Amino acid sequence: MLIAILSGFVFAALLVFTGHMLKGKLSILSALIPVGLFTYFCSFIPEIAAGKTIYATYSWVPSMGVDLNFNLDGLALIFALMITGIGSLVFIYTSNYLKGDPYLDRFYGYLSMFMAAMLGLVLSDNLVAIFVFWELTSITSFFLIGYKNEDRDSRKAAMIALAVTGIGGMSLFAGVLIMGAVAGTYSFQEILSSGVVFQDHALYPIILFFVFGGAFTKSAQFPFHYWLPGAMRAPTPVSTYLHSATMVKAGIYILLRFTPALGNHAYWSDTLMLVGGITMVYTAYQALFRTDLKGVLAYSTIAALGILTFLIGMGTEAALLAAVVFILVHALYKATLFLVAGIIDHQTGTRDITKLRGLGKLMIPVAVASALAALSNSGIPPTFGFVGKDLIYESTLEMGSISILLTVAAIVTNVFLIYAGFAAGVRPFLGKLPPAFERVQMPSLLLWVPALLLGIASLFFGLFPGFIESALARPALASLGFGSFDFHLKLWHGFNTVFILSIVTMGAGLLLYFSLKPSHKLEAVIAKLEPISPKSLSVLAGRGFRQLSLLWTRLFQNGFLRYYVIVIMGFLVVLTGYNTLTETKFVIPDKAFEDITIYEVITLVIMIVSIGFTVFSSSRLAAVAALGVLGYAISLVFVFYSAPDLAMTQFSIDTLTVILFVLVLYRLPKYLKLSDLRSRVRDIILALVFGALITTLALEVLSEPIHRQTSEFYAENAYVLAKGKNVVNVILVDFRGIDTMVEITVLVIAAIGVFGLLKLRLKKSEVN
Amino acid sequence: MKSSILQTATNYLLPLLLLFSVFILLRGHYLPGGGFVGGLIAATAFVLHMFAHSAGETKKILRIHPGFLMPIGLSLAILSGFAPKVISGLPFLTGIWFSEPIPVLGLIGTALFFDTGVYLVVVGVSLTILFTISEGA
Repeated sequence: MLIAILSGFVFAALLVFTGHMLKGKLSILSALIPVGLFTYFCSFIPEIAAGKTIYATYSWVPSMGVDLNFNLDGLALIFALMITGIGSLVFIYTSNYLKGDPYLDRFYGYLSMFMAAMLGLVLSDNLVAIFVFWELTSITSFFLIGYKNEDRDSRKAAMIALAVTGIGGMSLFAGVLIMGAVAGTYSFQEILSSGVVFQDHALYPIILFFVFGGAFTKSAQFPFHYWLPGAMRAPTPVSTYLHSATMVKAGIYILLRFTPALGNHAYWSDTLMLVGGITMVYTAYQALFRTDLKGVLAYSTIAALGILTFLIGMGTEAALLAAVVFILVHALYKATLFLVAGIIDHQTGTRDITKLRGLGKLMIPVAVASALAALSNSGIPPTFGFVGKDLIYESTLEMGSISILLTVAAIVTNVFLIYAGFAAGVRPFLGKLPPAFERVQMPSLLLWVPALLLGIASLFFGLFPGFIESALARPALASLGFGSFDFHLKLWHGFNTVFILSIVTMGAGLLLYFSLKPSHKLEAVIAKLEPISPKSLSVLAGRGFRQLSLLWTRLFQNGFLRYYVIVIMGFLVVLTGYNTLTETKFVIPDKAFEDITIYEVITLVIMIVSIGFTVFSSSRLAAVAALGVLGYAISLVFVFYSAPDLAMTQFSIDTLTVILFVLVLYRLPKYLKLSDLRSRVRDIILALVFGALITTLALEVLSEPIHRQTSEFYAENAYVLAKGKNVVNVILVDFRGIDTMVEITVLVIAAIGVFGLLKLRLKKSEVN
Repeated sequence: MKSSILQTATNYLLPLLLLFSVFILLRGHYLPGGGFVGGLIAATAFVLHMFAHSAGETKKILRIHPGFLMPIGLSLAILSGFAPKVISGLPFLTGIWFSEPIPVLGLIGTALFFDTGVYLVVVGVSLTILFTISEGA
């Protein structure tokens, strides 16, 4: 299973070297990867349907409890099939959609990396691994949204999407770390079987806050939804794949996955129902005002995600079943509609739904696919959407006292969504063909076949929902902890309340569609509200933050070394000064001054003299030389107290420092102006206070009882474990080797910094 | 300000000091010394040469820009960390040793390669900074 997940990454890496071969006609071969994976995951259907789960484990960072454990259960299988199935079609579609694009190989690389990350996300059992894959989906989607990188809006949309989902990723990370800390393991299966009750834990609200932060940003819930319409700047295959079928459902996946552990609590249900409810009604309403084909689809996608969040919030068996089925319903019809939108855009060059009419005569198969998707979206029998919509109403009706409110919210959303589906999926194909489009040609097979396949799937699963029930829905519910739930997916439930509600929804939706014509005027009306939309507010917040950081930088990064030193010393004094004054209890031992040798006294005198010389000298070079003397004297002290390694290092470092100073100062003019009295007094006071503080701290350290466990461990084991007799060196290269590794890396970075600052000059072409 | 005494002396001192720095590097595991100090001594040796002659001449002796020593050293350190993983499947940076000691050098293990990496990085960093500053501004 590891190979299956990594294949996308491996393929992307291979493309770096062999990409030029897959740019032309052979580009369709890239689709072999998702098709192969789809077949692979299909082969698990019988086992999963029989109630098994497949568990594969690979050790990764065992010392930190982070492993690559993959768990293929019903829920994961649904997502894996969606990712690879829709992925296959998108890969095929892309080979024609972006035909002749100079960076097609790169696009396939991003796409397959994304697919791999998404598979990793839904299959991982380890919480930390889930986070890693989650972030990978954000990063790869950044590249995909910003694929047309010469377009400024595209880059901006990519940045916004990365910022929103990136912050969410950090939030999710915090959430899973706390979950892991509370449960004592990062394996989700172990968490479930350990019987930890998060709901009773004091940290439960905090866990929810962070997990929701991740899920809501990724799944574009209000008020974070604004990145998704922006992300429509991406090429349409990306919108199809990431922003309707897979990535935006990652948040939904996390919520579903965590339902058995975190659900069934008022905080969980109320937040999700509220946020999901607001999202679905608000964004479905927004969809009414859009004239861009992809804009309509984007808002209706967010509304669908809202419905899913809302259903998960309800948390009943019926609601979760409805959520699981609706994920599939939505993926099938929305991907179709996006593919169709891409075809229309590709063939006509516009996505303005006020202009697009009468295309049905020109591209019948596309119109059929689109109509099937629009019907499924509207929940009109016998499509799969009808099955899904019925389940939603069934679950909202079950909710007791608030059932009327929830049902009304669901109906309103669905009415708006029917409008959106027809406006995007049916309207462009009906009516009179404008003369401008008369020369529009039939799209290539590679474009319409994937769309039609998905459209037919919407119809097929509506006619035969039994397959979905036994193969996917039942195992998925089992993995959510509702193994014994008895239900049957049926097209016809008889003449009951749910059916009446469905009829009402359909009627109202169609009425809305026939009475409301999309126009730019309407879009302008809603645009007036833009200044108070979450998007504008967050842009404002971002600008404010930039101002603040500018101010901050100017205050602290003023470029004068003396002020940096003052800030650092002053900060330390303020921070620790009070504590040191009140808490210090050091005693100077009686015989402290008895064992002093003549060497030590001489060294001390040398030190004091060199300090005095440094301070009072009027020549920079002399001051630096005196500093060097001080350094050598200190290394002598190290020798007296038997620290030869330290002494050697101090000695060499001091030599090099003096040389460095000389090299720099040699070129400077003589002191032009000595510091004035005021700054001298300030410096003297700061220096004395700082010196006193450090001395006190040093004495304090000496008077504390010494804990020798660590040093004894090193001394005892240096030879036994590391075969070395010089403990200092063994610590550096063995016991704490990673520290040293990082230190030398820092050294290298510093050297590159110096080199860059002094050597690299901007070329004329690079100025501004 | 060229002194021919210093110039002649550094011509002989440079190899001696470099030899000494390698000696310090090699003895590090058993006696005071190690890659860090060794690297500093080697850097000092080159700097001494630079003072007596000129940065250009010292660079000629080095043949490559000292900056190249940094990635070489870092890679050596990282490779020595991965060696135990590859050879015996042990975690990153576990020390492993040849079973028989080698004449003059003593027992050789990954730690020595790691320390050599540190040595090269320190030489590279010190000389890069010093050369850059002495040439720049």
